[in-house]
Amino acid sequence: MATEMPLLAVENLCVSFRTDGGVVPAVSGVSFSVERREILGVVGESGSGKSQTLLAIMGLINSPNAIVTGSVRFLGQEMLGLKRRALDAIRGRQVAMVFQDPMTALTPVHTIGDQIIEQIRAHESLSRGAARRRAVELLDAVGLPSPESAVDRYPHQLSGGMRQRAVIAMALSCNPALLIADEPTTALDVTVQAQILELIGRLRDSFGSAVILVTHDLGVVAEVADRVMVMYAGRVVEEGGKGQLFREPLHPYSWGLFGSIPPMHGPRPARLTAIPGSPPKLSQMPQGCAFGPRCGFRHEACAAQPSLGSAGGHRSACFLPREGRHELRRTLAGGVPA
Amino acid sequence: MLVALVSRLGQMLLVMFGISVVAFLIFFATPGADPSARIAGRNASQETLVQVRHDFGLDRPLPVQYGLMMERLFISRDLTSFVNRGQKVVPTVLEAIPVTLSLVFGAAVFWVLGGLIVGVVAGATRGSWLDRTLMILSLIGVSIPVFWLGEVANLITQSRWHDSWLFSWVPPLGYIALTDSPWGWFKALVIPWFTLATLYIGLYGRVLRASIIETMQEDFIRTARAKGIGERRVLINHGLRTSLVAFVTMFGLDFGALVGGGALLTEVVFGLQGVGKLTYGALQTLDLPMILATVIYASFFVVMANFVVDVAFVFIDPRARDGH
Repeated sequence: MATEMPLLAVENLCVSFRTDGGVVPAVSGVSFSVERREILGVVGESGSGKSQTLLAIMGLINSPNAIVTGSVRFLGQEMLGLKRRALDAIRGRQVAMVFQDPMTALTPVHTIGDQIIEQIRAHESLSRGAARRRAVELLDAVGLPSPESAVDRYPHQLSGGMRQRAVIAMALSCNPALLIADEPTTALDVTVQAQILELIGRLRDSFGSAVILVTHDLGVVAEVADRVMVMYAGRVVEEGGKGQLFREPLHPYSWGLFGSIPPMHGPRPARLTAIPGSPPKLSQMPQGCAFGPRCGFRHEACAAQPSLGSAGGHRSACFLPREGRHELRRTLAGGVPA
Repeated sequence: MLVALVSRLGQMLLVMFGISVVAFLIFFATPGADPSARIAGRNASQETLVQVRHDFGLDRPLPVQYGLMMERLFISRDLTSFVNRGQKVVPTVLEAIPVTLSLVFGAAVFWVLGGLIVGVVAGATRGSWLDRTLMILSLIGVSIPVFWLGEVANLITQSRWHDSWLFSWVPPLGYIALTDSPWGWFKALVIPWFTLATLYIGLYGRVLRASIIETMQEDFIRTARAKGIGERRVLINHGLRTSLVAFVTMFGLDFGALVGGGALLTEVVFGLQGVGKLTYGALQTLDLPMILATVIYASFFVVMANFVVDVAFVFIDPRARDGH
C-alpha cells in the first residue's frame, strides 16, 4: 500500500486573508498530488496563488490574518495544523524549499557554510566537521566553483547565480524527498537560468527528489517538468502531462498563454495574441468561472464555478465540451499550429 | 586593514585636536570672558589684573597661550585650578575617572541585558499583552527624568524605608573604591546603576523590538524557518543577530557620552565624585583649566567609543568588512 501513496497529496487547499475589505481568497480549492521523483511544473501569472500554495504547504504562512484550510498530506501525514516541532522535523529534512530571490534569501551575517551546517545539524546528529564536509560536497554538487573557499564566504560576496546555487545546496543538504522551488530562476540572468534549470533537472537523478517547480515561464516548464498545472485566480484551471498539455491544451486560459509566446514552427504570426483584460482582483472575484470575463467562449454555463474533472491524467476546469475544443482553439486569432 | 587602522587613528587625533582648540577658544578667547578677571577675583585693581595676566601668560598671543595650556595639560601636567589654588587639574580628573567608569560600566551591563531581554521578548510576542506591557513600561522608563528617579530612590532607600529589612544594607551616599571593598563598591553603586540604566533599558528595548520586528519580515527569515531549525533559533541566530548592528552602534555612542561626563545628573544625585560632577562644579565656578581638561577628556572617550563601534561593526556585520 505504502508504495501507492503519493509523496504529497494536496486536497481542497484554501488560503484566504482577512482584510479591511472582508475576507479575500488567495487560493481556492486547490488539489493535486506529486509522485516520487516527479517534476511538477506550476504555471500562472503573478497573483494566481502559486506562491501562496507553496507557502501553505511548507507552513510558512504565519500572518495572523491568514486562514488556511484543506489538507496537505506528506507521505500520508497531515501537515496543516501540525505543531511547530513536528513540522520542523519535516521541513528542511524531507521537504525543502528554494525561494525566488537569492539576493535576499540568505541571512547576510552568516557564511553560507554556517547556514548549511545549521540546517544539517538541526536534523542529523553530525559533528560540525562532518557537516562542514557535507556542505562543501553539496556546494560542489551544485556547481559552485572552488567550494572549499566558497563555504566560508558571506552571501554578499557571491553573485546572484552563485547564491541561488548555495540556496539550492542548502535545500538539498538533508536529501529531501520533495524540493519546492518558487520561481528559482526569475531573479537571475538568462544564461544562469539555464544552468539552474539544468541543475534542478539533474537533482532528480542524483538525489532522487521530486520537485514542484513554480514559474510564470512556459519555456522553463517545457524544459524540465513531467507534469504541468496551470493556475488562474487562485484555482487550478488545467492539469496534465507536459506532452499532452503542450500539444493539446484544454482550457481557454492555457490557449491564451500558449498564444502569447512565439511559435517555434509553422508560419510566423503577424502579432502575438494577448489575453484581453487583466486578471480579476482577489477582492472582486467574478461569479462563476473566474476567467469568464476574459474568455472568448463564455456561455450560460460559465455563470457557475467549473470543477476540475477528476477523469484521467489531463483535466481542465471548463464547461466547453471536451470534443471539438481543439477546433474551437483554431478559431482564436493568432493561429495555432496544426 | 593596517592602513585603515592607522588612518583612523590619525583621524581621531585630528578630531581631538579640533575639539581642544574649539574648547580653548570658547573659554579663553571669547570677547568679554577675561580669565584674568576671574583669577584675580572681584574688585581687583588694574595693576593686579596686569600682573595676573603676565603671571598666567594671558598677555601672550593666542596660539602661544594654547600651546602653553596644552603643554601644562599633557606634558608637565601641572596645570592648576583657577578657583582652588594649588589644586592640580590632571590628578583631580584622573581621580574622578574610576568613579565614572564604575558607574557607567555597571549601568551598561544592566541596560544591555535589560534592553536585549525587553527587545527580544517584546519583538517575539508582538501584539500580545506581554509586548504591550513591556512597551508601556519602557515608555515610562524613557520618560522618567533620571534626577527625579534618583531622588526618589534615595528617599526610599536612604530615608523612608532605610531601617526596614529591605534597604538596611544600603550604604550612605558616596563612592567606595573597588580596591577597598568589592562588596561595598557593589552595594554603593547598585542603586545608581539601576537609576542610570532605566532610561537606556527602555530606549534600547524599544529600538531593538522595532528592529527585530522589521528583520523578522525579511526573506531570509522565511528561508530560516523553511530549514526546520525551530523558532527560537530563527529568532536568536537570524533575527536578533542581524538586528544587533543598530544596537551596537547606539551602545557605543551612548557609552562614550556617559563616560565622558554625561552621567552628570546621576553622579550629582548620588554624591559620586565622578567626571560629570567635576565638570558641573567647574562650570559653576567657571574654573577654566578644569573645564578644558574635562572637555578634552570627554572628547577622548566619545572619539574612542566611535572607534570601538567601527571596529565592532567589522565583527558584527561582514558587509562592513568589504566596504559595502
